[in-house]
Amino acid sequence: MTATETSVRWTTICPLERLLPERGVAALVGDVQVALFRLHDGSVHAVGNVDPFSGAAVMSRGIVGDRGGVPTVASPVYKQAFSLVDGRCLDDADVSLPSYPVRVEDGQLDVGLPW
Amino acid sequence: MLELVVIGNGMVGHRLVQALCDRDSAGEWHITVLGEEARPAYDRVALSSYVDGVSAEDLTLPSLTVDLHLGDPAVAVDRDARRVTTESGRVLPYDALVLATGSVPFVPPVPGRDLPGCFVYRTLDDLDAIRAAAAEAVARPGAGRRSAVVVGGGLLGLEAARALRSLGLSPQVVEIAPRLMPVQVDEGGGALLRRLVESAELAVRCGVSVNGIAEDRGRLVATLSDGVELDADLVVFSAGIRPADALARAAGLPVGERGGVLVDERCRTSDEHVWAIGEVAALEGRTYGLVAPGYAMAEVVADRLLGGRATMTPEELDMSTQLKMLGVDVASFGDAQATTPGALEVVVNDPVAGTYAKLVVSDDARTLLGGVLVGDASKYAALRPLVGSPLPADPVAMIAPGGVELGADALPDSAQICSCNAVTKGAVVHAIGDGADTVPALKACTRAGTSCGSCVPLLKKLLVDSGVQVSKALCEHFAFSRAELFEIVASTGIRTFSGLVDEHGTGRGCDICKPAVASILASLGTGHVHDGEQAALQDTNDHFLANLQRNGTYSVVPRLPGGEVSPEQLIIIGEVARDFGLYTKITGGQRIDMFGARVEQLPAIWRRLVDAGFESGHAYGKSLRTVKSCVGTTWCRYGVQDSVGLAVALELRYRGLRAPHKFKSGVSGCARECAEARSKDFGIIATDQGWNLYVGGNGGFTPRHAELLASDLDTATLVRYIDRYLMFYIRTADRLQRTAPWIESLEGGLDHLRAVVVEDSLGIAADLEAAMEQHVGSYADEWRGVLEDEEKLARFVSFVNAPDTPDPLVRTREERGQRVPVALGLPGVGA
Ligand SMILES: Cc1cc2nc3c(=O)[nH]c(=O)nc-3n(C[C@H](O)[C@H](O)[C@H](O)COP(=O)(O)OP(=O)(O)OC[C@H]3O[C@@H](n4cnc5c(N)ncnc54)[C@H](O)[C@@H]3O)c2cc1C
Ligand code: SF4
Repeated sequence: MTATETSVRWTTICPLERLLPERGVAALVGDVQVALFRLHDGSVHAVGNVDPFSGAAVMSRGIVGDRGGVPTVASPVYKQAFSLVDGRCLDDADVSLPSYPVRVEDGQLDVGLPW
Repeated sequence: MLELVVIGNGMVGHRLVQALCDRDSAGEWHITVLGEEARPAYDRVALSSYVDGVSAEDLTLPSLTVDLHLGDPAVAVDRDARRVTTESGRVLPYDALVLATGSVPFVPPVPGRDLPGCFVYRTLDDLDAIRAAAAEAVARPGAGRRSAVVVGGGLLGLEAARALRSLGLSPQVVEIAPRLMPVQVDEGGGALLRRLVESAELAVRCGVSVNGIAEDRGRLVATLSDGVELDADLVVFSAGIRPADALARAAGLPVGERGGVLVDERCRTSDEHVWAIGEVAALEGRTYGLVAPGYAMAEVVADRLLGGRATMTPEELDMSTQLKMLGVDVASFGDAQATTPGALEVVVNDPVAGTYAKLVVSDDARTLLGGVLVGDASKYAALRPLVGSPLPADPVAMIAPGGVELGADALPDSAQICSCNAVTKGAVVHAIGDGADTVPALKACTRAGTSCGSCVPLLKKLLVDSGVQVSKALCEHFAFSRAELFEIVASTGIRTFSGLVDEHGTGRGCDICKPAVASILASLGTGHVHDGEQAALQDTNDHFLANLQRNGTYSVVPRLPGGEVSPEQLIIIGEVARDFGLYTKITGGQRIDMFGARVEQLPAIWRRLVDAGFESGHAYGKSLRTVKSCVGTTWCRYGVQDSVGLAVALELRYRGLRAPHKFKSGVSGCARECAEARSKDFGIIATDQGWNLYVGGNGGFTPRHAELLASDLDTATLVRYIDRYLMFYIRTADRLQRTAPWIESLEGGLDHLRAVVVEDSLGIAADLEAAMEQHVGSYADEWRGVLEDEEKLARFVSFVNAPDTPDPLVRTREERGQRVPVALGLPGVGA
């Protein structure tokens, strides 16, 4: 992530164990919905929870996997795949999800939203 | 300017004028049209819809700017002076004259045919008169239903009978030939047609004629050649047509042996200034009682009048017909009656399924000449374009149920593969030649398959036919088909996705292979779908044990086995829906669906339902949905077996069973089939000997009727066969393949399936049954499983850091007294 400590505000979401490997959870930060994922290799990622194709807040409920090595989540509505690294849609170059920095401190998962 | 006079303002005359107006840009011709009927030209083919409430205006053909004289028939043609005289005394000189006078109904010369109450069936005026007489008869005091006799059981007679029935009369059809529709269908087809028509409650008498009609106390009595007397309020003659060629005869134009003005391949009569088209014309001595040949003639004459060189031959005239008669499909095409010397006939007659199919082929069995289809005309579209072409397959297999699919290879290049986007086979083949070697590549360059997707299997077939190796790989993570993966899982004992992908795949999976593996594991009985790593494999429906709807909420469907529900349970469902503000609807499968539940509401909703004795209805999974039933012997006067009892037992037996696709069933208590069991993946119809088992119905995009697998089974045998059938399907079908295409894909089709299921030809029956027993024995309600497990319950929260805050994007409004979602905006909403 290029985001620095000064440009984001960190919010503690939950203990890391609350995230099953390869299954997302949704979190509410202010009025922003975030989808958080913990992958098989232990890494954690956060993208926007709202599916740009359907408008429904469901990205956290999609199936996690990879496409050509890029970790992905597939929208459960119309099935487009999004990169968990930077939120871009792999099926439509014009569309992407916002992506957010994450960190784990003392077993707690934090997500960083822009100030 | 040249003068054209057209006599007759029917469908074909109208088409000629339209074609000429369109093309005569130089304004060469001045056109005068004479019509005997007082109305402008209308669609006679759709005439019968008039009694169903379609108005005369709706039937009227587009008006044209010509001199049109309605209600003023031509009465004489002076060919020497080139003049036409009309009834009102108009005299019209012409440079070209076109006769388009059509035909008149043939009324056999029986005594009494002119009595009031006798009608013909040809024009809107005829229908007005019939309607008035029918209304009067129905209104007349007296007991019993009013009846009518229809003389003639051809295409028109059957249409007339149907019309009379919708006017409230009981029609009897009297046909002199031994079968119905003698012109279009053959003996076998006619016999089946008769059965189907009779089951639509139409009385039919074949092989007898009407000898006379007499008045009897204000009604009519028709005496038949076998001495039977039929009472009737109305008699309608539709015993054939005769070309309206009187004017031409009087003008000295040669006519055919059986009537009709003789014309050559230009549609010109013996007089170079006079042409004849439509039903009045006899091309090489033969007349045509259909509109398509008439239209073709109109086009030829329009071309000729403008100096073109168009011609036609009888062989080019399309005599194919396809229609739905009282709900019965009938089609005939090409040389349906096998009149070509040496022609061979191939027939597949299935009286049980109610289908009859015949192909007529050349003496060397190489060329398709024509055919007849009754009961199921779905192959018409594929067969008709093949007339005159070499047979692409064994003719029996082409019409046998479950035989060769007349797919891509049989179709001519001009056939449309993707009807949504009008992509022809030629275009697809061309694209393959240009290097599009996968379905996605074909989609991208031709647009075929991008809309409804129902043609994707055809695209695959075209790829295979072109020698392109279509990969069976499930996705980039597994190089195996679903069936192969199933075998690997079953034989290796690997029971986790990680284990499977590590040993037999690559990467971490995706939304294609993960649910497929989840389904395989579930079919092999690996505990609750959320146990351990399995939780991460489930798609959202299986993950939340409910159905994701478009606004991100879920719908909840409790199981109602066989559609049975107690008043107490109905009340609970009502209370739950009311308390959680859910929209309720009866589904297509005899269940009650509650829509609009948010994730965090699901456990509380289930708690109430489970407490009331409900279980998960699995409306979410690729699993058994419903076993629909009628009321059978319990209530119904006609029932011969207990359809409800069987449906309940089957639904409980197969509940929770995961499969490559969702699947449904139905049980009907007798052949009346009120449960529509034959539209299901497996359907059961009671006979007085036991049960008939049908398989492979539904089909999704391509609707299909289930076909008979075995008949007159006792209940134990029936269940054993279904066990085998379902397990065999689960093991060998592709991902998301329904039972219908699965059966088609089996080498040997239905026969092979029957051999496996009934005769145990593969020796795996015991295995399949044991697998099913294991499923049945280990079934547990998935909703209850979540409610009893704190860890699983913790997943049912809206937000992990605000578990009870509802999703702010879910908003509702009222419609017809219930809450429905406010449509969500597209890209970028809310975030
Ligand atoms: C109920 C019904 C259902 C049908 N269903 C089908 C079907 O499903 N498929 C199919 O292909 N075909 C069907 N047909 C047949 C089809 O309607 C005819 O083939 C077609 O209408 C013939 O067109 P035409 O112009 O030759 O004759 P018509 O449409 O009959 O037109 C001839 C016109 O000429 C007029 N006329 C006659 N003599 C004179 C004169 N001396 N001066 C001026 N005008 C005159 C007549 O009054 C008539 O209006 C059906 C017909 C009927 C009655
Ligand atoms: S299928 Fe037969 S038994 Fe069942 S309701 Fe209909 S008529 Fe009655």
